[in-house]
Amino acid sequence: MSISIRHVTKRFGAIAAVDDVTLEIPSGCLIALLGPSGSGKTTLLRIIAGLENADQGTILLQDEDVTRRSAREREVGFVFQHYALFRHMNVFENIAFGMRVRRVAKKYVRDRVQELLTLVRLDGLGTRFPSELSGGQRQRVALARALAVRPRMLLLDEPFGALDAKVRQELRVWLRKLHSEMHVTTVFVTHDQEEAFEVADQVVVMRSGRVEQVGTPQEVFDQPATPFVMDFLGNVNVFHGRVESGRAHVGPFNIAYEEYPHAEPRAATAYVRPHELEIDRAPSALSTLPGRVVQVNPSGAVVKVRVASDEFGIELSVDLIRERAQQLALKVGETVYVRPRSVRVFMPEIDYAI
Amino acid sequence: MHSRQNRALRAAGGLVADEPLWLRCLLIGASFAIVGGLILVPLIYVFVQALGPGLHTYLDNLWRDPDTRHSIWMTLTVAPIAVLLNTVLGIAAAWTVTRFRFPGRTLIVTLLDVPFAVSPIVVGLMFVLLFGMQGYFGPALREWGIKIIFAWPGLVLVTTFVTLPFVARELIPLMEALGADEELAAVSLGANPWQLFWRVTLPNIKWGLAYGIIQCNARAIGEFGAVYVVSGRIDGETYTMPLRVDKLFQEYNMPASYAVASLLTLMALATLGIKLLLERYIAAQIELDDQKQLESQS
Repeated sequence: MSISIRHVTKRFGAIAAVDDVTLEIPSGCLIALLGPSGSGKTTLLRIIAGLENADQGTILLQDEDVTRRSAREREVGFVFQHYALFRHMNVFENIAFGMRVRRVAKKYVRDRVQELLTLVRLDGLGTRFPSELSGGQRQRVALARALAVRPRMLLLDEPFGALDAKVRQELRVWLRKLHSEMHVTTVFVTHDQEEAFEVADQVVVMRSGRVEQVGTPQEVFDQPATPFVMDFLGNVNVFHGRVESGRAHVGPFNIAYEEYPHAEPRAATAYVRPHELEIDRAPSALSTLPGRVVQVNPSGAVVKVRVASDEFGIELSVDLIRERAQQLALKVGETVYVRPRSVRVFMPEIDYAI
Repeated sequence: MHSRQNRALRAAGGLVADEPLWLRCLLIGASFAIVGGLILVPLIYVFVQALGPGLHTYLDNLWRDPDTRHSIWMTLTVAPIAVLLNTVLGIAAAWTVTRFRFPGRTLIVTLLDVPFAVSPIVVGLMFVLLFGMQGYFGPALREWGIKIIFAWPGLVLVTTFVTLPFVARELIPLMEALGADEELAAVSLGANPWQLFWRVTLPNIKWGLAYGIIQCNARAIGEFGAVYVVSGRIDGETYTMPLRVDKLFQEYNMPASYAVASLLTLMALATLGIKLLLERYIAAQIELDDQKQLESQS
């Protein structure tokens, strides 16, 4: 079931929660709507589900216009952020609800619920009430309930937001696995880039009701389309400067920038991720920026180093892989030379205030 | 909700215990004196007066007089109709106010309290002014053969008006706290509005609703002022029990007056008893829920 979102706008008072969004979600895809709070990702999800009406634009499910259809008729499985389980029904009845209201035969309901309980690994917990379950179990009941009616697509609003880190990790892997078994088109909302990258085939980065970039996790991370995407997906070092005649003078760096061959200088900003910076002990043609080591902080697979440059009044974040860090054996207060492996330059054609 | 208050009070008990003994005795004594003197003694007195001439006369006073019998009948029909109307209206109002955002929403919530704020006599006069013979709609309604003022529809109307806030007031904060997520989940799972209400909304609000209905019922049975004005006090036609008590009292028929009053009191006590049971039940449910919650977290 493919989903087409065409020029959809939704306003709450003067604020456009979703602002002229156009998006194609191919059938069988597992896609993440990623953005900070207030970026309109949840509103967009609710519009797809029919729980919210768009002011403008159309929603197509498999080339069928469902813009004016109610949530009831869209056959969408929706998992709410706080699960929204029916608190007065036990797990069995919660999962059976969708079939009960559709008057499905009792025997079939029993078999199907049993099947789903096994699928979400909650065998034997059918008679429990939601209040007797842990957060992770509730989440799985919510998922089973949404899947019970064989929805044409699955929509999840911050599915792992309210869970602790370990359960969240488990459920992510499990959702990924579930999707590969069932191939139902799945859209989930998250503000956690790590979660989006780990689970989704495609990531849609949203900001202020607009889509900033669509792509695979790799594309979005390696080729961010805008400074916002760059900044939102992890730490960046920011350098301000200008571009002219095919070169960019940003902070301490002077690099080639063929995109702007004109002689007239323009303001520009460069972004470099911590792992794209390299540290050398001696200056070279490339390692042009002298600095003082302020902090050395081992963190998992990388060592996070902070280098202060008094000349430019900036402090840089550098991520070194462990081997390189051991080789350098950096100490706080030592003088080193920093070299960028790659730099992304953005010209503020539109006001990209971060 | 009520059990939480109780728990808070119990917790506060620790603080009170630090007060000197004489102060505690004084306060506790004063509480008993007030409850006893102002509530218990008059309550008992009603029954003493009613039963004074003997049980036989008491029953005679209640059942032999056709006007008294009719007044009991009136109360037993008017109050349930008003309660039923208010249950439907209250749920509709609470639903509208908590599930939709629209201009004038706060105004509606505020206006819901008007029946509590306005004196019942004024309510009666308002309705006479609207539906009476000299009123705005009276003549038109008479052409249609509908009589509201000085007839039972008037009694139902004012009783409904006066008790309107009970159910809605109970449900609005409850439904606000529950949120709309469960209902939205039901809709996305394919429930139609009818199924949504009976299977999801009602089970969640049933105890609050029952509590509101009980309060509404107690007030509907005892309503005097507004009913007094619109009834026109026609013997054997528009008398309810409170009006009958007043009428017998004015006629110096004390034993009969107290007999009806005692029956009215019994109804009130029964309502109070149900309310108490319900509160205990809800408190037990909440405690059970909290326990389950704790168990599942550990």
